[in-house]
Amino acid sequence: MKSLTIAELTAIRDRKKDQILLSEGKDRIRVVIGMATCGIAAGARPVYDTVVEKVGAAKLGDRVTVTETGCIGICQYEPVMEVYETGKEKVTYVKMTAEKAAEVVEKHLKGGQIVEEYTIGAGTGAKKEDGSVVTSLNDTVFYKMQKRVALRNCGVINPENIEEYIGMDGYQALAKALTEMTPDGVIQTMLDSGLRGRGGAGFPTGLKWKFACANRGQVKKYVCCNADEGDPGAFMDRSVLEGDPHAVLEAMAIAGYAIGSDEGYIYVRAEYPIAIKRLQIAIDQAHEKGLLGKNIFGTDFSFDISLRFGAGAFVCGEETSLMTSIEGKRGEPRPRPPFPAIKGLFGQPTILNNVETYANIAQIILKGASWFASMGTEKSKGTKVFALGGKITNTGLVEIPMGTTLRTIIEDIGGGIPNGKKFKAAQTGGPSGGCIPASLIDTPIDYDNLIAIGSMMGSGGLIVMDEDTCMVDIARFFLDFTVDESCGKCTPCRVGTRRLLEILDKIISGNGEMEDITRLEELATYIKSASLCGLGQTAPNPVLSTLRYFRNEYEAHIVDKKCPAGVCKKLITYKIIADKCFGCGQCAKQCPVEAIAKTDYVAPGKKLPAYAIDPKKCVKCGACMATCKFKAITKE
Amino acid sequence: MKKKLTTVEFHGTKEQEAKLRAVIADQKDVKGNMMPILQQAQEIYGYLPIEVMRIIALETGTPIEEIFGIASFYSQFKLNPSGKYAISVCLGTACYVKGSGAVMEKISEELGLPVGSTSPDGKYSLEATRCIGACGLAPVMTINGDVYGRMTPDQVPGILAKYKA
Repeated sequence: MKSLTIAELTAIRDRKKDQILLSEGKDRIRVVIGMATCGIAAGARPVYDTVVEKVGAAKLGDRVTVTETGCIGICQYEPVMEVYETGKEKVTYVKMTAEKAAEVVEKHLKGGQIVEEYTIGAGTGAKKEDGSVVTSLNDTVFYKMQKRVALRNCGVINPENIEEYIGMDGYQALAKALTEMTPDGVIQTMLDSGLRGRGGAGFPTGLKWKFACANRGQVKKYVCCNADEGDPGAFMDRSVLEGDPHAVLEAMAIAGYAIGSDEGYIYVRAEYPIAIKRLQIAIDQAHEKGLLGKNIFGTDFSFDISLRFGAGAFVCGEETSLMTSIEGKRGEPRPRPPFPAIKGLFGQPTILNNVETYANIAQIILKGASWFASMGTEKSKGTKVFALGGKITNTGLVEIPMGTTLRTIIEDIGGGIPNGKKFKAAQTGGPSGGCIPASLIDTPIDYDNLIAIGSMMGSGGLIVMDEDTCMVDIARFFLDFTVDESCGKCTPCRVGTRRLLEILDKIISGNGEMEDITRLEELATYIKSASLCGLGQTAPNPVLSTLRYFRNEYEAHIVDKKCPAGVCKKLITYKIIADKCFGCGQCAKQCPVEAIAKTDYVAPGKKLPAYAIDPKKCVKCGACMATCKFKAITKE
Repeated sequence: MKKKLTTVEFHGTKEQEAKLRAVIADQKDVKGNMMPILQQAQEIYGYLPIEVMRIIALETGTPIEEIFGIASFYSQFKLNPSGKYAISVCLGTACYVKGSGAVMEKISEELGLPVGSTSPDGKYSLEATRCIGACGLAPVMTINGDVYGRMTPDQVPGILAKYKA
């Protein structure tokens, strides 16, 4: 397809921008409904269909547009519907159903009256300074503390409509790079911005591109995007792909211009079907407008992108494994050197960047390196997207400047720990990372601070744990994952992680010895230094990190044969407090293995004999404790 | 998880074979085509039996042991057919911390199915899945691609009842 000219691109932008932002002109309404994976799972489709139907039936079509959008970030409150109106603050409706949606169309869109009880403030009790209910996401603490750079279009535009991306200055950065900058100039801008890889390792992006830029035009090169996002608990990249796929395409084209490549691959995990669908639509639409393909904007720069799908291997998120997988083989890593910038995909110079890294590129080009470098800390510039999950009130996606403290994330943005429990630790970096204990909650989050305390930034998954989480069990959980995902190529990882897991299993089943801690630490050293790739090199981190901050829990499991958090089944004892027991026998009736029987003891003040649990038969299911109305059963 | 070839009899049809050969022909000049071929073959047949791998080996000139090596490496490639209703419970970190283990146990109990197996009548299969990225709705499970979030064990019987036929 013949490419758009820059003038045509700008004309589309000027036409669409106002339709999306409703900044001026006649009184209009734009309704967006969050239709990323979580939204759809929570039931957004019937909400969308109802709004479209009711708006049509009420003949509001010339004033009201209804559109799908990507992840708005408040997963807890899906399905989410936002109503934008010219000159007014947007209204955020949460936990929507088809019936509620019909009511909102009637009362708000037609009648001009906000239905307060369905808004975000109503559910949380949040009030503004003047005492009125918070009706807009923009007025919530969750949102106000964020700075959305990578996520700027998510939840705002329709990801399946390229013109809405263009309306938000989309492809203007590519136009600027191709017509006003040299490839070396683009690389210098990346270096000056201080952007570091958002996939986890934090390598300076500009430097990575610089290593691959030699011999432009003389040798075939590739630009790859790592959309494998394998860390359990991480969904930042998914949200960008489902909410703003063009941001990735544009950035890859800019990268191609910078290093002298005409071909890119996006390796996306198969577990993300909606992301795959939206990426394909985006690529097709970009082709139609000539923004991908030959002679973009009429210059002699050509660039095209293909999709490749993962097949469920965590290790394929590793740079060289990913390339080997694109080559159609078992996704096993390769020794380095040679580094991919010299010899990568199909043996050619290749750069691989993470989705979130790409999501920042266009804005750095448009707004300049110093704009980006003005955010964040000295060595970690810009913002970071975190996927907040686990034992936290506000689960969801947040983007905050580097240097924000963990306390702000957990207490302010996250809304604290639910059910009155105490914060214990936050896990960052997934199976490669470590935990940040409550004592370090005032740590400013950036790449180097996290490494200093024994964790790592990772891709952005932040799992919050409370007093009911056993840290030894968590270490074991991560090792179980790593053992399963180890590709098997190198001995330190293949055998070493398995030995680590066996020792942890020994500890949580009550058979641990103090020497086991020494064994864990020694094994960890060997595995870290001798493994071929990052999977093995970082696999011991959860163990080392939990040993560093929660050694007392390990010792309790080993010496006292107890699990302080009450999680490790083999170490829990359920006990009936005889003096509290009324002898009703309900616990015995519930017990699936008939481990509870009457004793001879009648407690003072009671009429019937007390019951007792036989610890040898007990399977620690907890049914008795759940049944007892008199709180006479304890777990220790 | 060690993968073995299935003991279930192969029931491939002529139409499926024609589709498979068309896929292979279509991918002939694509670099690194073995992954896309295997992924599309699995879409056609629902799993990857040795009979399918044999056809791919002969058509592409790739040794069958190399193809088996690729199929057994990636957890999404199934050497065993799925149940009519494929149930996947996420055991990723966020879901685990919020109790997906208890949900998994309840399903296993209700269906009488150990995790990682298919029921003898071919109706249900139950497996633990890797994180599907819907962590905001933890714990999460999917049945044939339908995503169920905020799961608790007592929701299980009601949801399973929808997948009886």
